[in-house]
Amino acid sequence: MMGVDAYIWSNLMTVLLIAGAVYAARVVRAQRLWREAAGELWRRRRFAIVVVGIYLGIGVADSIAWVGGVPEDAVGVLPNAPLSLIDRLFLDTREASYSAPLASVEFYGGKALRHPGSHLLGTDILGRDVLYMVFKGARVALLIGGLTSLIAIPLALLFGVSAGYFGGRIDDAVFFIISTLAAIPGLLLLIALIMVMGRGTVSVCIALAVTGWVGFCRLSRAETLKLRELDYIQAARALGVSEARIILRHILPNLAHLIVITFVLTFSGLVLSEATLSWLGIGVDGSWGQMIDGARDELSRSPIVWWNIGAAGAALFGLILAVNAVGDAIRDVLDPRTLRGSE
Amino acid sequence: MGAYVLRRLAYGVGVVLGVLFLLFVLFFAVTEPEDIARKALGDKAPPEAVAIWLENHGYDRPLWPWQNFQENLLFDHYRKMLTFDFGLSDADDSPIVDRIKAGAGPSLSLTVPLLVLSLLAAIPLSLLVAFFRETYIDRMGVFLCVLAMSVSTLLYIIGGQYIIGKLLRWYPISGFDADPLLLPRFLALPILVGILSGIGGDVRFYRTVFLEESGRDFVRTARAKGASEPRIMTRHVLRNALIPILTRVVLAIPFLFMGSLLLEAFFGIPGLGSMTFDAIQANDFATLRTMVYVGALLFIFGQVATDISYGFVDPRVRVE
Repeated sequence: MMGVDAYIWSNLMTVLLIAGAVYAARVVRAQRLWREAAGELWRRRRFAIVVVGIYLGIGVADSIAWVGGVPEDAVGVLPNAPLSLIDRLFLDTREASYSAPLASVEFYGGKALRHPGSHLLGTDILGRDVLYMVFKGARVALLIGGLTSLIAIPLALLFGVSAGYFGGRIDDAVFFIISTLAAIPGLLLLIALIMVMGRGTVSVCIALAVTGWVGFCRLSRAETLKLRELDYIQAARALGVSEARIILRHILPNLAHLIVITFVLTFSGLVLSEATLSWLGIGVDGSWGQMIDGARDELSRSPIVWWNIGAAGAALFGLILAVNAVGDAIRDVLDPRTLRGSE
Repeated sequence: MGAYVLRRLAYGVGVVLGVLFLLFVLFFAVTEPEDIARKALGDKAPPEAVAIWLENHGYDRPLWPWQNFQENLLFDHYRKMLTFDFGLSDADDSPIVDRIKAGAGPSLSLTVPLLVLSLLAAIPLSLLVAFFRETYIDRMGVFLCVLAMSVSTLLYIIGGQYIIGKLLRWYPISGFDADPLLLPRFLALPILVGILSGIGGDVRFYRTVFLEESGRDFVRTARAKGASEPRIMTRHVLRNALIPILTRVVLAIPFLFMGSLLLEAFFGIPGLGSMTFDAIQANDFATLRTMVYVGALLFIFGQVATDISYGFVDPRVRVE
């Protein structure tokens, strides 16, 4: 459950993100290069895009929450707690303990369930509907991938572009920071940062951003170094265009395809890292990683409780596979250097 | 050449000092020693006990040089880390150096065969996929790689333990025995799981390397001379692709000492990965920062060594 005021922030962020997505869509439509790339992408990976869309839809539905409208006798709901659309869909579905998928009696004990046959993916040991928990995990996964990228990419761009463009001491300093961070093995740095900052969603995202930032910073620095020497940048400089304007008008738009490619390709890595962190006990509450970790021991029950870990694992696998497939196609479409058809 | 080697070495030392500073900020300035003492001794520990604990661990002095130039934690931290005096664990007061020495053997017994077998599995497979480039076999291979990469390592481990350990009972689910006759039985499952979880990414990476190499002029020349396609792949493509492959392997070698955190902890192998895992569970900051330092040190060493050996082989590198 979200805090009293947290849900308002969550709603606001969701609205802002949707507005940003609409704006991005308008930009894509307005420019021929991007419009054609988007069309090509849709032709190649229709199915994967639809799958990602479904995950996004569930995540958004779980991010819009409001208070009230709950029946008085609902089980396990505080009267003034904000509930999201997903929460409302699964209101009052709790059982006493395990139910197998679509079962009408309890898995252990054989007593009648409160909602026989309604649990598509069964329930866990506390009687929570597994489908509901899987839906809740979608928002967490998107939050991990999205929030981290929102922190990491602007920072990486700021440092990478200024290092590549201005060179000299700034470049030396940025390069030293990159080398220092890159020298520490990724998982160890993640663990150290989270242990020091304390556990929680925000610190996990910051830690992932600090470790993920490095690669992208190095990439944007190298690309800027190349762009800086190109004729049209030299021409702009000769015409007396200000440095800030050159970076904004000429450098950043030419990095845009790299930003999109890196964003999609790192997204899946981030979500998978969170699963590992969850198992180490420093993950994010409600993630699929935590579901997998929690359901690990249930495989040793007899008869075996498999739907719990199976559902979380399948949800994680589905999202990562779809994002990977879309990411590969985006790279092919946007990056002229990769050969067509050889992915 | 001498100037190049010196420059690389100086840069390596600079990065080590930078890593140490980052560790100091994280593990001393952000989490103060008082907090660590509270975590180790419990909230109700009397102030005298905390003071004794701080003194035993060498934490009983101010943080920064400007507070006390003679005795401060920053200089202590640098001096101890650079002389490999890692001190005592925050959790159970045992010397960290002893545990690193004890853990390196089990870690290596897992990671060395894992690296060798992964290479032996991934290179022929990726060569095969690259050989059939632009056909359905290639597309199928790439799709299977993406499929394999999309599964969380956790699921590989849990699935491997369940299917091979519990259902088929081929190998023990977890455990470790230093006896060379028993060891392979315990290591078989973690190595198998390790290979499976990495093979998707590996094959994809090597395939790209091979494809890049097979677009070169000398490959076209060999083909024009009438060399057979398998001969081209092995003699011309594989041989030249060995340089990027070797770079990747050489950079991976230092990490063999660190062990694999996930595999060791899941399969009960008492190596350095398990040690790190225990340190996380026990809030053992001293062990954790030592492991981060050792890992970074090994990485920097590997990188500088690679750079210098490149400098010997390829004169262009030296000029830059």
